[in-house]
Amino acid sequence: MKRALIAIAAPLIAIALALVAGGLMMLALGQPPLEIYALMMRESFGTGYGIGQTLFRATPLVFTGLSVALAFRAGLFNVGAEGQLYLGGFAAAMTAIALSGLPPAIALPLAILAAAVAGAVWGGIPGALKARFGAHEVINTIMLNFIAFGLVSWLGHFVFEPATVRTASIAAGIELPRLEGVVPALRGAPINASLFLALVTAALVQMLLFRTRLGYEMRATGLNTPAAEYGGIGIGRIQITAMTLAGAVAGLGGVNFVLGYKHFFEMGFSGGAGFLGIAVALIGRNHPAGVVLAALFFGALSYGGLVINQRVPKELVEVLQGLVILFAIASQAALERAARRWQ
Amino acid sequence: MSAATVRLDRITRRFGAVIANRDVSLAIDPGEIHALVGENGAGKTTLMRVLYGLLEPHGGRIEVDGRPVRITSPEAAMRLGIGMVHQHFMLVDTLSVAENIVLGHEPRGAFGALDRKRAIAEVETLATRHRLPVDARAPMTSLSVGAQQRVEILKALRRGAKTLILDEPTAVLTPQEVDELFAVLRELKASGAAIVLITHKLAEVFAIADRVTVMRAGEVVGTGAIGTLTPGRVAELMVGHPIAPLRARAAITPGDAMLVVRDLEARDARGLESVRAVSFEARGGEIVGIAGVEGNGQQELIECIAGLETPHHGMIAIAGRPVTGLPPREHARAGLAHIPSDRLRRGLVPAMTLAENLVLGRQSEPEVARSGFSARALARRAAPVLIEYDVRPPDPLARASQLSGGNQQKLIAARELERGAKVVLAAHPTRGVDLGAVDFIHRRLLAERDAGRAVLLVSSELTEILALSDRVLVMFEGRIVHETRPDQTDERTLGLHMTGRVATGQTGARGGA
Repeated sequence: MKRALIAIAAPLIAIALALVAGGLMMLALGQPPLEIYALMMRESFGTGYGIGQTLFRATPLVFTGLSVALAFRAGLFNVGAEGQLYLGGFAAAMTAIALSGLPPAIALPLAILAAAVAGAVWGGIPGALKARFGAHEVINTIMLNFIAFGLVSWLGHFVFEPATVRTASIAAGIELPRLEGVVPALRGAPINASLFLALVTAALVQMLLFRTRLGYEMRATGLNTPAAEYGGIGIGRIQITAMTLAGAVAGLGGVNFVLGYKHFFEMGFSGGAGFLGIAVALIGRNHPAGVVLAALFFGALSYGGLVINQRVPKELVEVLQGLVILFAIASQAALERAARRWQ
Repeated sequence: MSAATVRLDRITRRFGAVIANRDVSLAIDPGEIHALVGENGAGKTTLMRVLYGLLEPHGGRIEVDGRPVRITSPEAAMRLGIGMVHQHFMLVDTLSVAENIVLGHEPRGAFGALDRKRAIAEVETLATRHRLPVDARAPMTSLSVGAQQRVEILKALRRGAKTLILDEPTAVLTPQEVDELFAVLRELKASGAAIVLITHKLAEVFAIADRVTVMRAGEVVGTGAIGTLTPGRVAELMVGHPIAPLRARAAITPGDAMLVVRDLEARDARGLESVRAVSFEARGGEIVGIAGVEGNGQQELIECIAGLETPHHGMIAIAGRPVTGLPPREHARAGLAHIPSDRLRRGLVPAMTLAENLVLGRQSEPEVARSGFSARALARRAAPVLIEYDVRPPDPLARASQLSGGNQQKLIAARELERGAKVVLAAHPTRGVDLGAVDFIHRRLLAERDAGRAVLLVSSELTEILALSDRVLVMFEGRIVHETRPDQTDERTLGLHMTGRVATGQTGARGGA
């Protein structure tokens, strides 16, 4: 009970404190904080278009947040979600283009699968290096981010449209449809069916972690590796599996932009969503439901930052993101300490 | 350095709905060693954590020299001359002895940097004054457990501790180290310090304490000068009822060899030979005890038998199946149950629930897999087991970290004995466990033997080895140097073999039938 309470209270306190600190900065800039925050709220949640924008920005964060959370549960820190997402998007685009002759009902699932597989490979490599050589996954996932960017720019020489940094467009029909077709209120917003893919993935991760033997073994390994080893759990196998799954989940995130929005791959599309996934997992307490909520918050912050750009520099939003993370870590520790003393 | 008189007056402390201390009063006088005894979970450690400023009391007051005080932090406790040596040491491995002792209150040199020379000199003076021999320059990692404990004591003394709380200080020590510690405590007492000794080993209480206070279920149930009490009386107070002796063992003809170890050699983490040419077997229906001072290869032997370490040479078979070099899962599958020596590191996932811990190592068994891994399914499975094995509180959804040491041990025993394995490897099964739980676990192990299982009991507690074993092997420097039967030996003789003070011919050293 108490743990659950801390788990919920700590992120909320962190967000509140970050908003207060951000408000002080706005005051320093001569802007009224309450008005600015109200504007952000209104724009990101007050209109159909705003909600659509917020959800669109939250979608990849759900994937990358789940990816980091999944690995973290097994005791691994996946800093490579950015590269996994990037390659996932690239693989989805290339597959969709290659299969443009096939009916969309076949080509689309294959393109989505390709995103997951590319991410899985990119996550599996540091997992295998950790299991086999004990090489630290933090270093290797960071390095693989750079390699992913480099690999794609090199492959781009062969596949990008002349004098651009994007692929050709994917044949019409091989796409995740926009939701504005079903919900007219969302008109103009890029939110698409990837959102449902994200929610289904969150539910699957939840099932995996808390309903299956593999999930049990992953959590045991993450919480106490020597005990897991004693319990007959193959630590190396768990590390490879966890990183492969984490990579697959992050890779899937690439479809939001590629198959759901632009319908081509463009260099730099990931825009830090993989790194922000670390913050999402942290605020979401490595729990799938928490990750979804945290992704929504960061999605709103990201879109809200754009709309207040007229009044305050949009970098303020990045400062807010940083503050939330800072306060999240601090409030967690402070609450736990208080709980220990007072019970 | 005479200590103050510390008086705890009707202290009450709750944890949620559980009352850990109810109206507990205790007086600690200078120049006395005051033993605070009770079972795990009786509230001893809680009381001392209140005194040391780690926990806020919910009721009652603390007086130092008749003056009421509020102790809100360990720093505040230290200012009042109260110091604590924790059961689990709070030392920095990468620093030297002197650096550890001055940590937090370092002598400063130029530009505020640590003045190493002065730190070493200070520590050496302190060590000489209190007759606590330590090498101030030595790196922490090179120290034995006993020496690490001396460093902890020096740390407290340097901060001006005159009332010293020691939380189960002997749990991790060898018998020789216990003697050394007691010598130190007597020295401190003579210089006017007050010492609170938290323990549940009665022999120690009667060896060193001047006064004893017994706690049970959060309350003080008895207190008095050591001369006015007998060990039997104190044990009864602790447990709450008279303790029946272990029933006479049924004579059982041992069956087939269930655990066979042949010519086993293993190396420790540093690559040094730790198990040398060990051969023995354990048959169904017998308890084979392995006695020895810790660090003589028992741990490596255990890890090899459990599959956690690969032997360098030799063979292990469990229930007729060779398992040498196979992973732990195969050892379990062949029929091994293992109560590991380090319950918090190996035996449990403290952050997981009791229900989840009860399937650790059994997660691939069809019966477990079928019921599913949801919290509810695991809890349903766990509830009757927790009650049968008297794990308190029997709440399947509590975290293992919330249990007292004794109950954690019962939880592990429940998991390992419930599976009906052919071989039970019990490593220090009652270490740091209260009397009631010791008795419970002993009875369970005997029941396993009577049910025809082979039990390998590794322990440094000779009373335990002698009470339970059908055969006793003594390990010294990686070898089995002596084999005997409990009715043909005694603690003194075993102790001599354990410390290599008997020139053993190799006859009988290659134990086994």
